[in-house]
Amino acid sequence: MGEGQYRLSDEAVKHLNELDDQAHAAVEAEDESQLDTLLDDMWALVRQEGEQLPDDDLSASDAVIPPSDMTLEETKKLLSPEGLIPDLGG
Amino acid sequence: MGLMSRTSNVVKAWISKLLDRAEDPAVTLDYSYERQRDMLQKVKKGIADVVTAKKRLELQTQKLEVEMPKLDEQARQALSAGREDLARAALERKAFAQQQLQGLDQQIADLQAQQDKLAESEKRLAVKVEAFRSQKETIKAQYSAAEAQVRIGEAATGIGEEMADTGLAIERARDKTEQMQARAAAVDELVDSGTLEDYTSSGTELDRELAQISASQQVDSDLERLKGEVAAGGKQKELEGEKK
Repeated sequence: MGEGQYRLSDEAVKHLNELDDQAHAAVEAEDESQLDTLLDDMWALVRQEGEQLPDDDLSASDAVIPPSDMTLEETKKLLSPEGLIPDLGG
Repeated sequence: MGLMSRTSNVVKAWISKLLDRAEDPAVTLDYSYERQRDMLQKVKKGIADVVTAKKRLELQTQKLEVEMPKLDEQARQALSAGREDLARAALERKAFAQQQLQGLDQQIADLQAQQDKLAESEKRLAVKVEAFRSQKETIKAQYSAAEAQVRIGEAATGIGEEMADTGLAIERARDKTEQMQARAAAVDELVDSGTLEDYTSSGTELDRELAQISASQQVDSDLERLKGEVAAGGKQKELEGEKK
């Protein structure tokens, strides 16, 4: 989130999904430091392996990684039914 | 379900709320573009608000850093009056304020990094909205209504993701400045209540005690002076008496 879009190889996606499952478990276990580490790893993977799309590309993403500096509370709120995304539109 | 797909769903739900689809793709396109322009303006304003709040915080912490030596001076005053307890109170207050300020400095630095990221996002968003503008003309001219709807959906989702990201980041930065503002205000109040600028009104216990000390010192020294004068005056009379 907030870092642009990347295109990933199938292999990288597989690895990313594994990290994602662990991150999900970390949220369930309320393990904040583990969550931080995993989100950082996910971002590092995407930046390293991914190919950044140009800014004027308008394709939709298959997956969205939450910001890595989010607290556990914020992450939980983001994933709640109401979500954390503010109503910018009028 | 993993975090990524859940986040993605949240974003998609947000986007679909944003886009009302009309029967005529040309209308959807123009409407969608107008919405995007509005949102871009709101994003710009949101970033500007965060920048303003951050600047205000920077000024406030600078002011507090200037105020800090006053507590030192207060402690010195108390100590020279033999009131170690008061000196300790002033120094404790100073240490606390210093700690809080250091924390704030770090947070302001973090906020600066967030702000830089926001500026990047905003730039990306502006490029996307512009790309949408040129694509929408192509879509209008080249595609059948059904195909056009599909393409609009895709393009608008791409933009919506970026907007959701940026909106979320602005909201978080805003929350952070508010928390920091509250903290800085608390330190501000603490330091203000500890300064000795005003002896007469609304002083703290520390102020009043120091004022009392300083007043009684004045009384003592005046008393000493008067005693001296009186004694000297008496001797003078004695001397005059002896002469007679």
